[in-house]
Amino acid sequence: MMENKKGFNITFYLLILPVLLWLIVLIVLPHIYLLISSFQGETDSGASFFTLEHYETFFKNKIYWLTFVNTAAYAIGITVLAFIVTFPVAFYLTKVISKKYASFLALLLLIPLWVGELVTVYGWMIILGDHGVINEFLIYIGLIDKPIEMLYTNFSMTIGLLYVSMLFMVVPIMSTLESLDDSLIEAASDLGASKWTIFTKIIIPYSMPGITSGGIIVFMLVIGDYVAPDILGGKSSLWFTEQIYNEFLSTLDWGQGAAFGFLLLMISSSIIWIALKLSGQKLERVGS
Amino acid sequence: MSKILEIKNLTKKFKDFTAVKKVSFDVDEGGFFSILGPSGCGKTTLLRMISGFIKESHGEIFIRGESMNGIPPEHRPVNIVFQSLALFPMMNVRENVAFGLKRQKLKKAEVDDRVADMLARVSLQGFEKKKVTELSGGQRQRVAIARSLVMKPSILLLDEPLGALDRKLREHMKIELKLLQKELGTTFIYITHDQSEALVMSDKVAVMNKGRFEQIDTPRNLYKNPKTAFVAGFVGESNRLELKDRDGDFITTKNGWRLEKQGLDFNPEVLYVRPEAFILAPTEDLTGINRFNVKIKTVLFDGSNTKVSAIESTSGAVILISLPQNAKFENLKEGDTVEVGINYDNLKCY
Repeated sequence: MMENKKGFNITFYLLILPVLLWLIVLIVLPHIYLLISSFQGETDSGASFFTLEHYETFFKNKIYWLTFVNTAAYAIGITVLAFIVTFPVAFYLTKVISKKYASFLALLLLIPLWVGELVTVYGWMIILGDHGVINEFLIYIGLIDKPIEMLYTNFSMTIGLLYVSMLFMVVPIMSTLESLDDSLIEAASDLGASKWTIFTKIIIPYSMPGITSGGIIVFMLVIGDYVAPDILGGKSSLWFTEQIYNEFLSTLDWGQGAAFGFLLLMISSSIIWIALKLSGQKLERVGS
Repeated sequence: MSKILEIKNLTKKFKDFTAVKKVSFDVDEGGFFSILGPSGCGKTTLLRMISGFIKESHGEIFIRGESMNGIPPEHRPVNIVFQSLALFPMMNVRENVAFGLKRQKLKKAEVDDRVADMLARVSLQGFEKKKVTELSGGQRQRVAIARSLVMKPSILLLDEPLGALDRKLREHMKIELKLLQKELGTTFIYITHDQSEALVMSDKVAVMNKGRFEQIDTPRNLYKNPKTAFVAGFVGESNRLELKDRDGDFITTKNGWRLEKQGLDFNPEVLYVRPEAFILAPTEDLTGINRFNVKIKTVLFDGSNTKVSAIESTSGAVILISLPQNAKFENLKEGDTVEVGINYDNLKCY
């Protein structure tokens, strides 16, 4: 028995080793390094010292924290939009059409993921540009005579972010809806509930764990995204990740960039925590 | 007694399959009506048409004389207890039972009163705040029934609600349901494939097969006088013997067993005999019976339900015979020969 137990232990450690390596080398160590450098200042002679200056910069300069507030507000908005857009899709795929077509259509949903974010974002440039598909079409049918400015605005940025993150909302919602027994809907209707009541009192509460986990993923993806805001956003739509990028690669102030990175992590995690508390959801249930 | 439900020529066709074929029946106010049939006979389709979840192809449904055709489920005065129970998992017991009443926009005090009263009737006081996922099978059952009954429906439809319970609990719930129905006086329409559930609880049972009603009768009549071969075979236990021919008042089985059966005016194909219809060692003065000898093959002991498998001496036909509830035949064993009698009336020919 001892030998068996030992054998189990070795297998167990072998299996957990890649996970531990991944976590420590790729996540924990870089973050510790960033955390340290966010508190480090540099004297003219190149010696480092402890300072809170980088964090003070964030709160003292309106431009920084306003950008953050703007980014967070957009991220929340896009998360809500993603829910509104994808819930009917998830419901249709799981409850309305037959299983046979559903899996094919779900596969279609995944296509944007295959080509990568950069390519999808360029795709939207082709669609939304001044000489893009939409403007050319509207001019052709005579509805407008000069192109509507859509590209490089908050609008195009929202569309792009929504498009690249939407899928991460559909999948968790679909998986909760799949386990929803149709007779629950029938029972509610039998007890006199209208379609709206069934939706708000039965379907939404039932799929809440899926909505919450989808919401967390979309919010985190959007708030931490760089490509879509950078390419599709205008000059007015400053995204907080662009600030971080600037500190690291333009001004080469790594300490400042690290502090911004940490602030992004902390504040966005807090927003999720508050949202979970407000909606009465628990993180443990969301995972299932 | 007034009719609460009248069904006229109800038919449901799916693409290339007719699930329910021209079914007509009435249900009396306050009755316990069961629809009994094997799986796939169309009984659930019939129930879902009454509740309004599927639209009939032809025919009419009247509840208290009002036509229900085209009326959606939420506006029909019927409620349904689902096979899966369909309790709302995100709500507690109280919220589940109050769900329907809240939809009627009743005052909170009235909702509370009716919910409390209904929970008391199904002995679930003190469980209001429990989550439905924390309840036992029997308790969940009672929540589902309470949730429907609190709506005071004209008719309560039950779709095999005892199917998921274990045997002991099912026996118990059978009696409890029957008592609850008597106490409340609500009309129950109960769907089952379990003949014992149907016979024990119902005032009337309809036996359904392949989309049609074979017979609608009281449980006793159904058992005593099955009108068709299907009913004779499906309801209760029977010996089934195929028949070869008839001459006058005599019938002969395929294996050559000749029995007297008076009053036949057709050539039957099959004979059904209940195991308890056989009389062991009939006295000399009994008339109107067939007498024959059997040799005991095996004794199938099952307490009060003990039977013997026996071979009829002239034909070799194997029949099941119930042992009477007394000590007289307690010592019957393999190889014994006994004289057996069977009344003409108890030979059911089709």
